[in-house]
Amino acid sequence: MKPTRLTECGNWVLDRFPVTKFWNDHMAHYYAPKNFNFWYFFGSLALLVLVNQIITGILLTMNYKPDAKLAFDSVEYIMRDVPWGWLVRYMHSTGASAFFIVIYLHMFRALIYGSFKHPRELIWIFGMLLFVALMAEAFMGYLLPWGQMSFWGAQVIISLFSAIPVIGDDLSLWIRGDYVIADATLNRFFAFHVIAVPLVLVMLVFMHLVALHEVGSNNPDGIEIKESKDPWGHPVDGIPFHPYYTVKDLVGVGVFLLFFATVIFYMPEVGGYFLEHANFIPADPMKTPEHIAPVWYFTPFYSILRAIPDKFAGVIGMGGSIVVLFLMPWLDRCKVKSIRYRGGIFKKALFLFVISFLALGYLGTQPVTPVATTLARLFTTIYFGFFLLMPIYTRWEKTKPVPKSLTKVQSLEEQLHALEEQLPALIEEITELKSSNTEIGHPAFKSTFFSRRPNPQGMVHVMSRLAKKLKGSLD
Amino acid sequence: MNNKGVDKSKRQFLTSALTVVGAVGSGYLAVPFLAQMQPSVKAMAAGAPVEVDISKMEVGQLIRVAWRGKPVWVLNRTPEVLVTLTTLDSELRDPLSDESDQPESSKNPGRSLKPEIFVAVGLCTHLGCSPTFRPEVAPVDLGDKWKGGFFCPCHGSWFDLAGRVYRGVPAPTNLEIPPYRYISDTRIIIGEVAEEKTA
Amino acid sequence: MKNLITLILLVTLSFGVVASEEVELQEADIDLSDNESLQRGAKHFVTYCLGCHSAKHMRYLRFAMDVGVDQKKMLEDIAPEGASIYDQLHSAMNKHDAEKWFGVQPPDLSLIARSRGADWLYSYLKSYYSDTARPFGVNNLVFEDTAMPNPLWQLQGEQHAEIRKTIYGEYTKLVLDDPGTLTEREFDVFVNDLVNFLVYVGEPVQLERERLGKYVIIFLLMFLVIAYLLKKEYWKDVD
Repeated sequence: MKPTRLTECGNWVLDRFPVTKFWNDHMAHYYAPKNFNFWYFFGSLALLVLVNQIITGILLTMNYKPDAKLAFDSVEYIMRDVPWGWLVRYMHSTGASAFFIVIYLHMFRALIYGSFKHPRELIWIFGMLLFVALMAEAFMGYLLPWGQMSFWGAQVIISLFSAIPVIGDDLSLWIRGDYVIADATLNRFFAFHVIAVPLVLVMLVFMHLVALHEVGSNNPDGIEIKESKDPWGHPVDGIPFHPYYTVKDLVGVGVFLLFFATVIFYMPEVGGYFLEHANFIPADPMKTPEHIAPVWYFTPFYSILRAIPDKFAGVIGMGGSIVVLFLMPWLDRCKVKSIRYRGGIFKKALFLFVISFLALGYLGTQPVTPVATTLARLFTTIYFGFFLLMPIYTRWEKTKPVPKSLTKVQSLEEQLHALEEQLPALIEEITELKSSNTEIGHPAFKSTFFSRRPNPQGMVHVMSRLAKKLKGSLD
Repeated sequence: MNNKGVDKSKRQFLTSALTVVGAVGSGYLAVPFLAQMQPSVKAMAAGAPVEVDISKMEVGQLIRVAWRGKPVWVLNRTPEVLVTLTTLDSELRDPLSDESDQPESSKNPGRSLKPEIFVAVGLCTHLGCSPTFRPEVAPVDLGDKWKGGFFCPCHGSWFDLAGRVYRGVPAPTNLEIPPYRYISDTRIIIGEVAEEKTA
Repeated sequence: MKNLITLILLVTLSFGVVASEEVELQEADIDLSDNESLQRGAKHFVTYCLGCHSAKHMRYLRFAMDVGVDQKKMLEDIAPEGASIYDQLHSAMNKHDAEKWFGVQPPDLSLIARSRGADWLYSYLKSYYSDTARPFGVNNLVFEDTAMPNPLWQLQGEQHAEIRKTIYGEYTKLVLDDPGTLTEREFDVFVNDLVNFLVYVGEPVQLERERLGKYVIIFLLMFLVIAYLLKKEYWKDVD
């Protein structure tokens, strides 16, 4: 083919700028394990949400006014008078919650498959820094609508700093720039939310990815695919990220966007969890709302704060609950990465941890009652127990042998197919045949009819089998 | 990895289909994103028609009113000015306002509904500065040729007192005349088109 | 394992304990596609609420467009005299006077339906009763010691509170002493229209949003199907 002007222009750029090299290093020749499952969608989804937040955020700043007198009204102005402003705002507010859902699932993936372990400790550290930066970003962003929850939420969280001995009061005063949350606070939080923290986030994402691509991705089997290579130097169990994982991630993106759009168009408040009811009342420094709770993604940590009956200790507890996460690579002494080959004790501990994290999250949205406080203390103990006892219990773990190469996993279709095959037998088991003799009109039609009824005994059998299987998977 | 028996055309088709669907989706998403930079309802509210009371205007006086945030001039022209205006045609670029922007009802030599009352958007058609009102004849700074008019300080464009542009200056067309109409003899409303039959 | 189950049970049970008790609210019948109800509600709002409360984020123009009323008719029938179609629903009351009379400034009602909810508003407006201990002679079951006098008393009439005892415990019932100009049924419709309007004002884009959502979701399903087929095709190499 004769080179056209266009391709010549393209080559002129490519000779001077390493686009091809970048593409090959990170997409076309980046080999990823071929057995990624459901849990591996959330990294790319987090990136998608970040892009969504940046674009909609830029559009929002065009009409938002970071001024205590104007902020609340400017948000309503965006919702009503700006063409399509409502869509942009809902994409941003829903995106904030979506970000945390995606990140929590992404972190959980790292926990179950040991993605934080050698040689990926630094990826985990960068990821945790990202998580902290994201919390700061979300917290400061939440002040901007200047509603009652924005105001009092910020008031409570900034007061946490005053618990620090000696410098506490001066520090919280310095953060606020006033004696209460005020215009100065709003203005500086706007600056942080819109430019400072996003820059940090983007830089950390870059470092997180560079670190990941240096050592390569972990996988659900938790074995290093780089250890067995084919004659061309490619991992036997690896496949190029592009096109295989780009097309796979697009499916994930499609499913995610379906949920995302459903929330935006049909339930943007999500029953007061994504947009809190009290935040539709303008900030009033004279009156605290009857029940204040942070947005759902902070509630587990908030619960820990409330559970500890001492101001300074509470702050330490809340900070500690995040700091222990940083230490994961060194707390876990087990050599085996994936939960598939780890011992029952870790599975049970992780199960308890997940329960307590969810319960703490729920309790954080509820008003304080004696029962709730007792429960919160119990779950806080489990939360810290999971991490702090980890060096002990992971040492005794009875692990299973780890295979040399990736195991074949059933795809979703195969699982459905298998289920389809088992279904008749299952129905057979949980129901029983009852015959009944009926006559319809003419005696010639007299016949025996069979009807199926639920069989309690069969059901008990099925349930106990399921329970045994569940227990087996935990050991 | 097994690359045998790959149906290339099917892949190509699906890739194209997904690209097209993705492009259409991005296109539709771009619409609200771009549209949200359009004037909001608040800006439209500021563009509502403005009423002006001209009963107290002296002869020769110019008043400025804001309409859609732009300066709109209302000028009560003297009889002498009306005479001068008829003598300028040879020095003007578009004396009959064929290429300029005005409602049909104001497309006449004086560019107004009633001869003495002149209404125009006070922004130069060159690059949007607001020209200064210079009704005096032959001032020192503008020279003998100046018969009274509007002078744009930014790039030196000349307009006569009917907002018509002179030859040899940067501005391409006459000043814009906004839609306006008389509610009564002493009140005009700017921003609403004059009806066909004016009483 | 047993301990675990006990724990889970404990948690589920505790949720019931944690939930707080409140006055039972009556259900409002919200239908934002009912333009007639919205128009009646707007008229009621301008007549009975706008004296003290604004809805400063709502424009007459927007309402006229959304509900399909002619702009002229909107200004004549619904908006107060002298309002422009671009105006927002501002109250004529001066802030200083308001604080002197009621002790607080009457809140703007643009977002009241989003912060309080339709059922709360509906029940609140219906739950005034005579109470001589209060400055305006009325109290409210849903919002005790409310600063607002009952703006609708002439329509509803006067109610008083009675404590009834049943085997389940005590509850308060409001009894109508002196009927107003509307029958009980008419008054319910009246309040419902008003609340319907307030729900609309809380988020005027609601109907439009739900209408658009359908197309977006259908589109995304299409995207998903093609993406899935493409993935399946490429992954033939791997599996």
